[in-house]
Amino acid sequence: MKTNDPLRTPLKNALGLGSAKDGVHHFIIQRVTAIALLFLSIYLIALLVSLAGADYASARAAVAHPCNAVLLIAFLIAMFWHGQLGMQVVIEDYVHTPWLAVSCQLIVQFVCVLAALASVLAVLRLALGA
Amino acid sequence: MQPTARPLSPHLQVYRWQIQMVTSILHRVTGIILFIGSLLIAAALLALASGEEAWSRVGPIAGSWYGLLVLFGWTWALAFHWLNGIRHLLQDAGWGYSIKRFIANSWISVIGSFVLTGVVCGLVYFCGGIA
Repeated sequence: MKTNDPLRTPLKNALGLGSAKDGVHHFIIQRVTAIALLFLSIYLIALLVSLAGADYASARAAVAHPCNAVLLIAFLIAMFWHGQLGMQVVIEDYVHTPWLAVSCQLIVQFVCVLAALASVLAVLRLALGA
Repeated sequence: MQPTARPLSPHLQVYRWQIQMVTSILHRVTGIILFIGSLLIAAALLALASGEEAWSRVGPIAGSWYGLLVLFGWTWALAFHWLNGIRHLLQDAGWGYSIKRFIANSWISVIGSFVLTGVVCGLVYFCGGIA
């Protein structure tokens, strides 16, 4: 953003540059999803171990069970949200060319949202017996 | 804007390697590995929802040498990120900042990640597929 724009008041410039009063939002959501994943990833590992080598019917039946479906969807949303927040920080730290940084952020965000929507739909489809 | 070409302040090359650096770097590296792994989880779920034909291709890929390598690497990455994530959450609460404890709990993350990976691999080997 141009900071020496003569048509902008100093306040207008400062508003676009400084704290927008939501700087901790990223920090908090990263921790909230981390705590959720702390428990949900134990559950996921238990589910995967119980399904290791399982055939199609039993894998399908396990995911379709309401308890598993709900916890899996919770896991998927928390995972892709946490992943997006983490990759955002990595890109902010290491990609310094503005157009490339913005492109990377957009790609990560689109990939995360699409993957979350698609995998949640997959679980719903199995759970609702389609 | 071009990437900066001016000399930068000394960075990693001037430091002796310490376990705290290892855990910090590994947390990022395992985070990126898990991000890629999350896409594989989504792909596996899509295959399961697509039907028996698509799902029948997942097993042979997961069971191949590179599939097992990915699964083993993903398990370790999750174990490390999980343990070190707890460490970071405790640090957020202000716990474990003395140098002695900082080094000790760094080692817990590193050694514990291999122990947890061994436990999960053992569980898959001895009681996998119980459902």
